[in-house]
Amino acid sequence: MLILDTLFIGLSSGAIYSLMALALVLVWRSTRVVNFAQAGQAILSTYLGYEVMSKTHNYWVSIPFAIIGGALIAAFIDAALMRPLEKRSRQGAVSQIAPVIATLGILGLIRSLTGMIWGNAYVQYTSPLSGKGYMIGHHTIPFSPQNLIIVIGALIVMVIFALIFKFTNLGLALRASSFQPEISRLAGIRVDRIRTIGWAFAGAAGAVAGALVTPTTYLSPNSLDLLLVSGFVAAVIGGLDSLIGAVLGGLLLGVGFAFILQYVGTSVTFSAAFIILMVVLFIRPRGILGSRVGRGDA
Amino acid sequence: MNGLVVSDFSVSHGAISAINKVSFQVEKGQLAAIIGSNGAGKTTLLRALSGLIPASDGTATWSGQSLLERKPEDLVRDGIVHVSEGKSVIPELNVKENLALGGIWRKDKKDVAAATDEVFELFPRLRERINQSADTLSGGERQMLAIGRALIARPKLLLLDEPSLGLAPLVIEQIFTAINQLRLRLGLTVVLVEQNAMSALKIADIGIILNVGHLVASGTSQSLLNDSNLRSAYLGY
Repeated sequence: MLILDTLFIGLSSGAIYSLMALALVLVWRSTRVVNFAQAGQAILSTYLGYEVMSKTHNYWVSIPFAIIGGALIAAFIDAALMRPLEKRSRQGAVSQIAPVIATLGILGLIRSLTGMIWGNAYVQYTSPLSGKGYMIGHHTIPFSPQNLIIVIGALIVMVIFALIFKFTNLGLALRASSFQPEISRLAGIRVDRIRTIGWAFAGAAGAVAGALVTPTTYLSPNSLDLLLVSGFVAAVIGGLDSLIGAVLGGLLLGVGFAFILQYVGTSVTFSAAFIILMVVLFIRPRGILGSRVGRGDA
Repeated sequence: MNGLVVSDFSVSHGAISAINKVSFQVEKGQLAAIIGSNGAGKTTLLRALSGLIPASDGTATWSGQSLLERKPEDLVRDGIVHVSEGKSVIPELNVKENLALGGIWRKDKKDVAAATDEVFELFPRLRERINQSADTLSGGERQMLAIGRALIARPKLLLLDEPSLGLAPLVIEQIFTAINQLRLRLGLTVVLVEQNAMSALKIADIGIILNVGHLVASGTSQSLLNDSNLRSAYLGY
């Protein structure tokens, strides 16, 4: 039973990592920027959800607000900050690193902003679902109704993304612009606008992660930091370029994490993610679904 | 003013001048070949005309409308479509998706479907490969796909950058025949950038010869082909 228990825990945390990895991959694919601000964006959207819940006392009502908030925050960051910055730093050594540094700046900014508004104390953003594990016979498994909703929620987001990317014109434009921005522009795609929509999708995915996972812990301006690290590791495991890879990477990391914690001990919590990362990179440096070819130059 | 009018057109990369005060004119329905060796500035000229890079001086107009300071995605909506160098397709997408990309922004979906059918008629090979990833196509098929995608936008002015690049002679001939057919059938105006001077001038009405960013000669294809000095210096035979 212990193995099954561990698998269940891994599945739930893995689903959250997958969402965060999806958010990072979506931005990386279209901008070649590792968006460190994603942790801050998810915090901000979760606080939005928290605010809505303290007014309405309804967790389920607060989730769509968090998602839409997360999408709008992300779109704003791209349109108002990242895009102008990249236009200004197009040449020279700085062009590669400036946007990444900017996302760190935005992360710091959001964190102090949330600290100023909501304080640095832990607050509870609670779900009506029980955090206690299901009973199977006399055995309580470490998988609660909230864990179930995490897995279901993540699954819904992934299916929606898959449908959009595969079957809609918007999805086609998103894929084309991230693979070959210049050819896409010549085909008539408004790549800048599409890119901002990609950021909004990423923001929404991060918001879902924040809103679903926070009831299992607590909310503070830096409560999602570790999730950013895990999401990033999951994204790298998946190859950074692949949405399916992000999902698989997240699940792999979640399950791997759970087993290490179960069988090795909690003292290695933080290093476990990096050990898994190193092992994957040594075996498959491109990640499990990384593309062979580099992207065409913009 | 009719057609494409380029005057005193200059483009620079930083301090280096890539195109220097080039002037020429292409009437509507004409096929113009821009000839020159590697580094002559042909690609730069085309990229500046389609809005990918800014011009530093001069003017360029199509039907009297300036092409400058405009984005490529807007110019496409006005019928000015650029097929960039090197089999301009998206290898990660399949043939169908690559073609669809050319019509996403168009409102008239019926006409997009009609245009797609016409592309399949022109290049039956693409229909056979419709669900194949563009990655798996041969060089010639990729070029067909790139031109096909451009046609879905219902272009009026087609800017083609070295469609013969890296293709076998027989395939080059096929592509050039297709380009010529298109122009005759659809009344397209075509600006064809080529290193392959002979093949290009054979189907072109006029030729424009560039050398290190300067216009060396321009005129009807026949007059260029008959000029023995130009032939030995720039046309390479």
